[in-house]
Amino acid sequence: MIKPSLEKKVKITALSQLPQGGSCRTGVLVEKNAGWRNKCPVFDSDKCIGCHQCYLYCPDGVISRKGKKIKIDYDFCKGCGICERICRVGAIHMEDEK
Amino acid sequence: MISDDEFFYGHKACGGCGGSLAVRIALKVLGERTLLTLPAGCMSAVSFNYPQMSYANNAIISAFAGTGAVMSGLKAGAEAMGLKDYHVLGIAGDGGTADIGIQALSGLIDRNDEGIYICYDNEAYMNTGIQKSGLTPFGATTTTTPAVPGGKGNIKPKKNLFEIVAAHGIAYAATASVGYIEDFAAKVKRASEVKGTSFIHVLAPCPTGWGIDTAETIEVAREVVDTGLWYLAEYYDGEYHLNRKPEEFKDVSHYIKRQGRFKHLNDEDINEIIRSRDKTWDRIAGFKQPGK
Repeated sequence: MIKPSLEKKVKITALSQLPQGGSCRTGVLVEKNAGWRNKCPVFDSDKCIGCHQCYLYCPDGVISRKGKKIKIDYDFCKGCGICERICRVGAIHMEDEK
Repeated sequence: MISDDEFFYGHKACGGCGGSLAVRIALKVLGERTLLTLPAGCMSAVSFNYPQMSYANNAIISAFAGTGAVMSGLKAGAEAMGLKDYHVLGIAGDGGTADIGIQALSGLIDRNDEGIYICYDNEAYMNTGIQKSGLTPFGATTTTTPAVPGGKGNIKPKKNLFEIVAAHGIAYAATASVGYIEDFAAKVKRASEVKGTSFIHVLAPCPTGWGIDTAETIEVAREVVDTGLWYLAEYYDGEYHLNRKPEEFKDVSHYIKRQGRFKHLNDEDINEIIRSRDKTWDRIAGFKQPGK
Protein backbone atom coordinates (compact mmCIF):
# COMPACT_ATOMS: atom_id res chain seq x y z
CA MET A 1 0.00 0.00 0.00
CA ILE A 2 1.26 3.46 -0.92
CA LYS A 3 1.10 6.15 1.75
CA PRO A 4 3.42 8.96 2.86
CA SER A 5 5.23 7.70 5.94
CA LEU A 6 6.84 9.15 9.02
CA GLU A 7 10.61 9.49 8.93
CA LYS A 8 13.16 10.97 11.27
CA LYS A 9 13.71 14.67 10.77
CA VAL A 10 17.30 15.26 9.74
CA LYS A 11 18.94 18.44 10.96
CA ILE A 12 20.42 20.31 7.99
CA THR A 13 24.06 21.12 8.70
CA ALA A 14 25.49 21.40 5.19
CA LEU A 15 24.22 22.82 1.89
CA SER A 16 24.79 19.47 0.21
CA GLN A 17 21.98 17.99 2.30
CA LEU A 18 19.42 20.23 0.60
CA PRO A 19 17.69 19.05 -2.59
CA GLN A 20 19.26 20.29 -5.79
CA GLY A 21 17.27 21.81 -8.64
CA GLY A 22 14.15 22.58 -6.67
CA SER A 23 12.80 19.04 -6.55
CA CYS A 24 12.85 16.57 -3.71
CA ARG A 25 11.55 13.19 -2.65
CA THR A 26 7.80 13.06 -2.23
CA GLY A 27 5.67 11.28 0.39
CA VAL A 28 7.95 12.17 3.31
CA LEU A 29 6.48 13.12 6.69
CA VAL A 30 8.59 14.34 9.59
CA GLU A 31 5.97 15.47 12.08
CA LYS A 32 2.61 14.26 13.35
CA ASN A 33 -0.66 16.19 13.48
CA ALA A 34 -1.90 14.57 16.68
CA GLY A 35 -1.24 17.72 18.72
CA TRP A 36 -4.01 19.56 16.82
CA ARG A 37 -6.70 17.45 18.42
CA ASN A 38 -9.13 18.76 21.04
CA LYS A 39 -11.52 15.86 20.64
CA CYS A 40 -10.59 12.29 19.93
CA PRO A 41 -12.69 9.76 17.98
CA VAL A 42 -13.28 6.52 19.88
CA PHE A 43 -14.30 3.51 17.80
CA ASP A 44 -16.73 0.84 19.00
CA SER A 45 -16.06 -2.27 16.95
CA ASP A 46 -19.23 -4.04 18.14
CA LYS A 47 -21.53 -1.38 16.71
CA CYS A 48 -19.67 -1.03 13.39
CA ILE A 49 -21.54 -2.46 10.40
CA GLY A 50 -18.61 -2.00 8.00
CA CYS A 51 -20.23 0.55 5.65
CA HIS A 52 -16.88 2.39 5.48
CA GLN A 53 -18.54 5.80 5.16
CA CYS A 54 -16.12 7.23 7.76
CA TYR A 55 -13.20 5.93 5.70
CA LEU A 56 -14.63 7.59 2.61
CA TYR A 57 -15.34 10.99 4.17
CA CYS A 58 -12.27 11.50 6.39
CA PRO A 59 -10.47 14.58 4.97
CA ASP A 60 -7.17 13.38 6.40
CA GLY A 61 -7.49 9.77 5.29
CA VAL A 62 -6.60 8.55 8.77
CA ILE A 63 -9.36 5.94 8.79
CA SER A 64 -8.35 2.85 6.86
CA ARG A 65 -10.29 -0.28 6.00
CA LYS A 66 -9.31 -3.26 8.11
CA GLY A 67 -11.30 -6.26 6.96
CA LYS A 68 -14.93 -5.38 7.51
CA LYS A 69 -14.03 -2.85 10.20
CA ILE A 70 -11.83 0.22 10.37
CA LYS A 71 -8.64 1.41 11.99
CA ILE A 72 -7.85 5.00 13.04
CA ASP A 73 -4.33 6.45 12.75
CA TYR A 74 -4.14 8.72 15.81
CA ASP A 75 -0.79 10.15 14.70
CA PHE A 76 -2.51 12.18 12.00
CA CYS A 77 -6.14 12.51 13.15
CA LYS A 78 -7.02 16.18 13.78
CA GLY A 79 -10.23 15.37 15.64
CA CYS A 80 -12.58 17.26 13.28
CA GLY A 81 -15.50 14.96 14.15
CA ILE A 82 -16.76 14.29 10.60
CA CYS A 83 -16.56 10.52 11.22
CA GLU A 84 -18.85 10.77 14.25
CA ARG A 85 -21.48 12.70 12.27
CA ILE A 86 -21.29 10.45 9.21
CA CYS A 87 -21.64 7.18 11.16
CA ARG A 88 -25.26 6.01 10.97
CA VAL A 89 -24.98 3.48 13.78
CA GLY A 90 -23.06 5.55 16.33
CA ALA A 91 -19.95 3.39 16.27
CA ILE A 92 -17.70 6.45 16.62
CA HIS A 93 -18.03 9.05 19.34
CA MET A 94 -15.81 12.00 20.23
CA GLU A 95 -14.19 12.26 23.65
CA ASP A 96 -12.21 15.15 25.08
CA GLU A 97 -8.53 14.71 24.34
CA LYS A 98 -6.57 13.86 27.44
CA MET B 1 -13.35 1.67 -7.59
CA ILE B 2 -10.97 3.56 -5.29
CA SER B 3 -7.71 2.15 -3.95
CA ASP B 4 -6.67 1.79 -0.33
CA ASP B 5 -3.56 3.85 -1.09
CA GLU B 6 -3.39 7.33 0.39
CA PHE B 7 -1.66 9.86 -1.85
CA PHE B 8 -2.48 12.91 0.25
CA TYR B 9 -1.60 12.27 3.86
CA GLY B 10 -0.23 14.08 6.88
CA HIS B 11 -1.05 17.46 5.35
CA LYS B 12 -1.57 20.64 7.36
CA ALA B 13 -5.08 21.58 6.22
CA CYS B 14 -7.46 22.73 8.97
CA GLY B 15 -9.56 20.04 10.63
CA GLY B 16 -12.70 19.26 8.63
CA CYS B 17 -11.33 20.78 5.40
CA GLY B 18 -13.60 20.02 2.42
CA GLY B 19 -10.92 20.78 -0.16
CA SER B 20 -8.48 18.24 1.24
CA LEU B 21 -11.21 15.58 1.06
CA ALA B 22 -11.76 16.34 -2.64
CA VAL B 23 -8.01 16.10 -3.34
CA ARG B 24 -7.65 12.88 -1.36
CA ILE B 25 -10.53 11.15 -3.15
CA ALA B 26 -9.50 12.38 -6.62
CA LEU B 27 -6.00 10.92 -6.15
CA LYS B 28 -7.40 7.65 -4.80
CA VAL B 29 -9.44 7.32 -7.99
CA LEU B 30 -6.60 8.25 -10.35
CA GLY B 31 -3.78 6.38 -8.64
CA GLU B 32 -0.02 6.66 -8.39
CA ARG B 33 0.72 7.49 -12.02
CA THR B 34 -0.79 10.95 -11.74
CA LEU B 35 1.19 14.05 -12.62
CA LEU B 36 -0.29 16.71 -10.38
CA THR B 37 0.10 20.46 -10.52
CA LEU B 38 -1.28 22.97 -8.04
CA PRO B 39 -0.99 26.76 -8.01
CA ALA B 40 -0.74 28.88 -4.87
CA GLY B 41 -3.68 27.99 -2.66
CA CYS B 42 -4.60 25.99 0.39
CA MET B 43 -3.88 22.60 -1.14
CA SER B 44 -0.30 23.49 -2.03
CA ALA B 45 0.37 25.49 1.13
CA VAL B 46 -0.66 22.59 3.37
CA SER B 47 1.31 19.91 1.57
CA PHE B 48 4.66 21.26 0.38
CA ASN B 49 6.39 22.16 3.64
CA TYR B 50 9.88 20.84 3.08
CA PRO B 51 10.81 18.28 4.26
CA GLN B 52 7.15 17.41 5.02
CA MET B 53 5.86 16.41 1.56
CA SER B 54 2.30 15.14 1.83
CA TYR B 55 1.76 13.92 -1.74
CA ALA B 56 2.85 10.39 -2.51
CA ASN B 57 2.64 10.94 -6.27
CA ASN B 58 4.49 13.34 -8.55
CA ALA B 59 3.39 16.88 -7.67
CA ILE B 60 4.55 20.36 -8.63
CA ILE B 61 3.53 23.90 -7.71
CA SER B 62 2.75 26.17 -10.66
CA ALA B 63 2.55 29.95 -10.87
CA PHE B 64 -0.79 31.18 -9.53
CA ALA B 65 -2.20 31.94 -12.98
CA GLY B 66 -0.59 28.99 -14.72
CA THR B 67 -2.37 25.77 -13.71
CA GLY B 68 -3.81 25.14 -17.19
CA ALA B 69 -0.54 26.00 -18.93
CA VAL B 70 1.51 23.72 -16.66
CA MET B 71 -0.95 20.89 -17.31
CA SER B 72 -0.26 21.26 -21.05
CA GLY B 73 3.45 21.27 -20.25
CA LEU B 74 3.22 18.12 -18.15
CA LYS B 75 1.33 16.42 -20.97
CA ALA B 76 3.92 17.48 -23.55
CA GLY B 77 6.76 16.38 -21.26
CA ALA B 78 5.18 13.01 -20.59
CA GLU B 79 4.67 12.47 -24.32
CA ALA B 80 8.27 13.43 -25.06
CA MET B 81 9.46 10.93 -22.44
CA GLY B 82 7.26 8.25 -23.98
CA LEU B 83 5.29 7.67 -20.79
CA LYS B 84 2.27 5.39 -20.99
CA ASP B 85 -0.71 4.96 -18.70
CA TYR B 86 -0.72 8.18 -16.70
CA HIS B 87 -3.04 11.06 -15.87
CA VAL B 88 -2.36 14.78 -15.90
CA LEU B 89 -4.21 16.49 -13.08
CA GLY B 90 -4.51 20.14 -12.08
CA ILE B 91 -6.10 21.12 -8.79
CA ALA B 92 -6.79 24.78 -8.07
CA GLY B 93 -9.02 26.71 -5.73
CA ASP B 94 -11.88 28.99 -6.73
CA GLY B 95 -9.68 32.11 -6.93
CA GLY B 96 -6.96 30.25 -8.82
CA THR B 97 -9.55 29.04 -11.32
CA ALA B 98 -12.32 31.60 -11.75
CA ASP B 99 -10.22 34.76 -11.31
CA ILE B 100 -6.47 34.43 -11.61
CA GLY B 101 -6.14 31.23 -13.63
CA ILE B 102 -9.10 31.59 -15.98
CA GLN B 103 -7.13 32.46 -19.11
CA ALA B 104 -4.75 29.52 -18.67
CA LEU B 105 -7.76 27.25 -18.11
CA SER B 106 -9.43 28.68 -21.22
CA GLY B 107 -6.24 28.07 -23.22
CA LEU B 108 -6.01 24.51 -21.95
CA ILE B 109 -9.56 23.77 -23.08
CA ASP B 110 -8.91 25.49 -26.40
CA ARG B 111 -5.86 23.25 -27.02
CA ASN B 112 -7.95 20.31 -25.80
CA ASP B 113 -4.90 18.74 -24.16
CA GLU B 114 -5.78 15.58 -22.28
CA GLY B 115 -5.95 16.30 -18.57
CA ILE B 116 -8.31 16.75 -15.67
CA TYR B 117 -8.75 20.15 -14.08
CA ILE B 118 -10.40 20.11 -10.66
CA CYS B 119 -11.53 23.35 -9.06
CA TYR B 120 -12.21 22.90 -5.35
CA ASP B 121 -14.49 25.77 -4.51
CA ASN B 122 -14.46 27.00 -0.91
CA GLU B 123 -15.96 30.28 -2.07
CA ALA B 124 -13.15 32.72 -1.16
CA TYR B 125 -9.36 33.06 -1.01
CA MET B 126 -9.13 31.02 2.18
CA ASN B 127 -5.38 30.43 2.17
CA THR B 128 -4.56 34.13 2.49
CA GLY B 129 -7.24 34.86 5.08
CA ILE B 130 -10.70 34.86 3.46
CA GLN B 131 -10.78 37.48 0.71
CA LYS B 132 -13.65 37.62 -1.81
CA SER B 133 -13.17 35.67 -5.04
CA GLY B 134 -15.31 35.52 -8.17
CA LEU B 135 -17.02 32.47 -6.70
CA THR B 136 -17.98 34.01 -3.34
CA PRO B 137 -21.79 33.92 -3.11
CA PHE B 138 -24.07 36.87 -2.47
CA GLY B 139 -24.20 37.90 1.19
CA ALA B 140 -20.99 36.27 2.41
CA THR B 141 -18.78 38.35 4.64
CA THR B 142 -15.07 38.24 3.79
CA THR B 143 -12.18 40.47 4.82
CA THR B 144 -12.52 42.43 1.56
CA THR B 145 -16.34 42.51 1.63
CA PRO B 146 -16.95 42.94 5.37
CA ALA B 147 -20.50 43.03 6.64
CA VAL B 148 -20.40 46.49 8.17
CA PRO B 149 -23.52 47.32 10.23
CA GLY B 150 -26.45 47.48 7.82
CA GLY B 151 -24.31 46.02 5.00
CA LYS B 152 -24.69 42.73 3.22
CA GLY B 153 -21.11 41.54 2.84
CA ASN B 154 -20.51 40.49 -0.75
CA ILE B 155 -23.11 42.10 -3.05
CA LYS B 156 -22.05 40.30 -6.25
CA PRO B 157 -23.48 36.94 -7.33
CA LYS B 158 -21.28 33.85 -7.80
CA LYS B 159 -19.78 33.47 -11.28
CA ASN B 160 -21.33 30.67 -13.30
CA LEU B 161 -18.03 28.87 -13.80
CA PHE B 162 -19.46 25.52 -14.91
CA GLU B 163 -21.31 27.07 -17.85
CA ILE B 164 -18.39 29.38 -18.69
CA VAL B 165 -16.22 26.28 -19.05
CA ALA B 166 -18.89 24.29 -20.90
CA ALA B 167 -19.38 27.18 -23.33
CA HIS B 168 -15.88 26.39 -24.67
CA GLY B 169 -17.36 23.13 -26.00
CA ILE B 170 -15.14 21.15 -23.59
CA ALA B 171 -15.03 17.35 -23.86
CA TYR B 172 -16.35 16.85 -20.32
CA ALA B 173 -17.34 19.18 -17.49
CA ALA B 174 -19.17 18.48 -14.26
CA THR B 175 -20.19 20.01 -10.95
CA ALA B 176 -19.97 18.06 -7.70
CA SER B 177 -20.04 18.49 -3.94
CA VAL B 178 -17.87 16.81 -1.30
CA GLY B 179 -21.14 16.04 0.49
CA TYR B 180 -21.89 13.46 -2.22
CA ILE B 181 -18.44 11.99 -2.49
CA GLU B 182 -19.38 8.85 -4.45
CA ASP B 183 -20.85 11.10 -7.15
CA PHE B 184 -17.62 13.15 -7.18
CA ALA B 185 -15.45 9.99 -7.38
CA ALA B 186 -17.54 8.68 -10.29
CA LYS B 187 -17.10 12.00 -12.11
CA VAL B 188 -13.32 11.93 -11.62
CA LYS B 189 -13.30 8.40 -13.02
CA ARG B 190 -15.37 9.49 -15.98
CA ALA B 191 -13.15 12.53 -16.56
CA SER B 192 -10.09 10.27 -16.63
CA GLU B 193 -11.59 8.23 -19.47
CA VAL B 194 -12.39 11.22 -21.67
CA LYS B 195 -10.18 12.07 -24.63
CA GLY B 196 -9.35 15.76 -24.28
CA THR B 197 -9.70 18.23 -21.44
CA SER B 198 -12.12 17.63 -18.62
CA PHE B 199 -13.14 19.92 -15.80
CA ILE B 200 -14.79 19.27 -12.45
CA HIS B 201 -16.06 22.04 -10.20
CA VAL B 202 -16.43 20.60 -6.69
CA LEU B 203 -17.96 22.60 -3.86
CA ALA B 204 -15.86 22.15 -0.71
CA PRO B 205 -16.93 23.88 2.53
CA CYS B 206 -14.23 25.56 4.62
CA PRO B 207 -15.01 25.52 8.37
CA THR B 208 -12.58 28.38 8.99
CA GLY B 209 -13.96 30.72 6.34
CA TRP B 210 -17.62 29.73 6.48
CA GLY B 211 -17.98 29.89 10.24
CA ILE B 212 -19.15 26.32 10.77
CA ASP B 213 -18.02 23.56 13.11
CA THR B 214 -15.33 21.26 11.72
CA ALA B 215 -17.71 18.31 12.04
CA GLU B 216 -20.39 20.02 9.91
CA THR B 217 -18.47 20.13 6.60
CA ILE B 218 -20.22 17.17 5.01
CA GLU B 219 -23.70 18.11 6.28
CA VAL B 220 -23.32 21.64 4.87
CA ALA B 221 -21.96 20.29 1.57
CA ARG B 222 -25.08 18.10 1.29
CA GLU B 223 -27.45 20.84 2.40
CA VAL B 224 -26.23 23.25 -0.29
CA VAL B 225 -27.27 20.68 -2.91
CA ASP B 226 -30.54 19.77 -1.17
CA THR B 227 -31.57 23.43 -0.89
CA GLY B 228 -30.96 23.92 -4.61
CA LEU B 229 -28.27 26.56 -4.07
CA TRP B 230 -25.83 24.25 -5.86
CA TYR B 231 -26.70 21.76 -8.57
CA LEU B 232 -25.04 18.55 -9.72
CA ALA B 233 -24.73 18.42 -13.49
CA GLU B 234 -22.52 17.27 -16.33
CA TYR B 235 -21.74 18.54 -19.81
CA TYR B 236 -20.64 16.21 -22.59
CA ASP B 237 -21.35 15.66 -26.29
CA GLY B 238 -22.45 19.28 -26.48
CA GLU B 239 -25.31 18.82 -24.03
CA TYR B 240 -26.02 19.69 -20.42
CA HIS B 241 -27.27 16.88 -18.17
CA LEU B 242 -28.75 17.50 -14.74
CA ASN B 243 -27.82 14.63 -12.38
CA ARG B 244 -30.09 15.30 -9.49
CA LYS B 245 -33.35 17.15 -9.08
CA PRO B 246 -34.62 17.44 -5.50
CA GLU B 247 -38.38 16.75 -5.29
CA GLU B 248 -38.64 19.61 -2.87
CA PHE B 249 -35.93 22.05 -1.83
CA LYS B 250 -34.82 22.03 1.79
CA ASP B 251 -35.09 25.19 3.88
CA VAL B 252 -32.61 27.81 2.64
CA SER B 253 -32.72 29.86 5.83
CA HIS B 254 -31.46 26.87 7.86
CA TYR B 255 -28.49 26.57 5.52
CA ILE B 256 -27.81 30.32 5.71
CA LYS B 257 -28.27 30.77 9.43
CA ARG B 258 -25.94 27.95 10.49
CA GLN B 259 -22.96 29.72 8.87
CA GLY B 260 -21.08 32.54 10.53
CA ARG B 261 -20.34 34.25 7.20
CA PHE B 262 -24.08 34.85 6.62
CA LYS B 263 -25.16 35.71 10.17
CA HIS B 264 -25.81 39.40 9.34
CA LEU B 265 -28.40 38.57 6.64
CA ASN B 266 -32.08 39.32 7.34
CA ASP B 267 -35.18 37.61 5.96
CA GLU B 268 -35.34 39.95 2.95
CA ASP B 269 -31.75 39.01 2.01
CA ILE B 270 -32.61 35.33 2.32
CA ASN B 271 -35.62 35.85 0.03
CA GLU B 272 -33.25 37.50 -2.45
CA ILE B 273 -31.07 34.37 -2.33
CA ILE B 274 -34.16 32.18 -2.88
CA ARG B 275 -35.27 34.30 -5.87
CA SER B 276 -31.82 34.00 -7.41
CA ARG B 277 -31.89 30.21 -6.84
CA ASP B 278 -35.30 29.93 -8.55
CA LYS B 279 -34.00 31.89 -11.53
CA THR B 280 -31.09 29.46 -11.83
CA TRP B 281 -33.45 26.49 -11.75
CA ASP B 282 -35.66 28.09 -14.41
CA ARG B 283 -32.59 28.30 -16.62
CA ILE B 284 -31.34 24.77 -15.97
CA ALA B 285 -34.81 23.39 -16.70
CA GLY B 286 -33.39 23.42 -20.25
CA PHE B 287 -30.77 20.80 -19.26
CA LYS B 288 -31.46 17.13 -19.99
CA GLN B 289 -33.31 16.04 -16.86
CA PRO B 290 -32.32 12.99 -14.77
CA GLY B 291 -33.89 9.74 -15.91
CA LYS B 292 -34.71 11.06 -19.39
